Amino acid sequence: MNFLLRIWRQPNAKLRGKLVDYEVRDISPNTSFLEMLDILNETLVTGGTEPIAFDSDCREGICGTCSLTINGEPHGPDHPGAVCELYMRKFRDGATITVEPFRVGSFPLLKDLVVDRRALDRIVQAGGFISARAGSAPEANSILIPKYDADLAMEAAACIGCGACAAACPNGSAMLFTAAKVSHLSFLPQGHPERESRVLRMVSVMDAEGFGSCTNTYECEAVCPAEISASFIAKLNREYARAAVQRGAGE
Amino acid sequence: MIVAVTGIILIFFVIGHLLGNLQIFIGPDWINGYSQHLRDLGPLLWLIRIFLLATVVIHIYVTIQLAIENRRARPERYIDKSYVKATFASRHMVMSGLIVLAFIVYHLAHFTVRVTDPRFGLLKADPLGHYDVYSMMVYGFQNYYVSGFYILGLFLLALHLSHGSSSFFQSLGLNDKKLTPRLALGGRIFAWLIFIGYTSIPVAVLFGLVKPTQQL
Repeated sequence: MNFLLRIWRQPNAKLRGKLVDYEVRDISPNTSFLEMLDILNETLVTGGTEPIAFDSDCREGICGTCSLTINGEPHGPDHPGAVCELYMRKFRDGATITVEPFRVGSFPLLKDLVVDRRALDRIVQAGGFISARAGSAPEANSILIPKYDADLAMEAAACIGCGACAAACPNGSAMLFTAAKVSHLSFLPQGHPERESRVLRMVSVMDAEGFGSCTNTYECEAVCPAEISASFIAKLNREYARAAVQRGAGE
Repeated sequence: MIVAVTGIILIFFVIGHLLGNLQIFIGPDWINGYSQHLRDLGPLLWLIRIFLLATVVIHIYVTIQLAIENRRARPERYIDKSYVKATFASRHMVMSGLIVLAFIVYHLAHFTVRVTDPRFGLLKADPLGHYDVYSMMVYGFQNYYVSGFYILGLFLLALHLSHGSSSFFQSLGLNDKKLTPRLALGGRIFAWLIFIGYTSIPVAVLFGLVKPTQQL
């Protein structure tokens, strides 16, 4: 298959970037999108050109490192799934494909398609942890958890932290990410000691990082490779209201 | 959350106002009596008006602030952007809201303060001695441009509500995975029922189904 790629090139954060056209030929339909970029980079290096910088790691959809916006959709047209799980057979032969980085103010661009997503790590550092007793493992059945809660916590825990939610959001909001992290721990008794402080601190760090606010367009859940439901944002709103009331009452 | 709560108050007003207006189809005595009844509330009516005005101001002030923050959250726009799930209505709430605001200003000048149409001053009281709201509405809507602007304003209000009337459940945390799509559908149906309800009045006037009770 042949494609015309329009790829965002930007040497660093200070210089202005632009879309550059590249043609790729004789690509197998079963090539993944990232492999196709590898093939292109090989020809660029052979030709003495600077290769295209892009993020990737596990290439099996679990690490959340790859971060491309393809034809205006974070992770490309094959939802749910990360870019590494996107295959060229998803595109028409001869198609023009636009590749841009995740564009969020809180994800400063480093080079070409690589952005710095440490803002998400700082949200987790603000409260995405539990207080655990160090020492020998406790008896497994000493803490009872209803199956329903365990399932919901597991669903929220599926978040791989790629940041596609913020990249897709018309407002550049990281609510789905924060909601997944807050929900995951608040459904479980192990997360309860910090239940109130967690949600208040994580939301305040999220705001301080400069992410936008949620206007309930649900674009985030549509592109999420881990299929995190936007109903966790409702859960986050509940948790926040509950914590704010308790804090307001002086607890 | 502030936007959600003020939005709910305004939705209740929209429903109440529609029910009041639909009395035009029952007859002149009904709607004229209803408007007289509202005016008889006196200071209470002004209290309600001030409350609604404050609600509108807060609703707009907070959303404009949010919209500015949200624009700042993405300093460099996408060159190519396509949406998978976000509806047109949900992405253009500020635009639809501001046009609705312009519509409300005109609507108040038109029917409440009555400064845009000099003919309204010539209307005589109806046989029961009430102000003839019925004929005022009919004369008002007989103008194609006026009716056209009303229908446009209501179309944008319906667009605004098709997102807003279900979105507030999410903001207040009152939904879950199963309920969200049902609420979204319900919100859209509600919004377009509001549109049909309100536009039925100018449409009925334009088709001559509702005629003035007095000649000017």
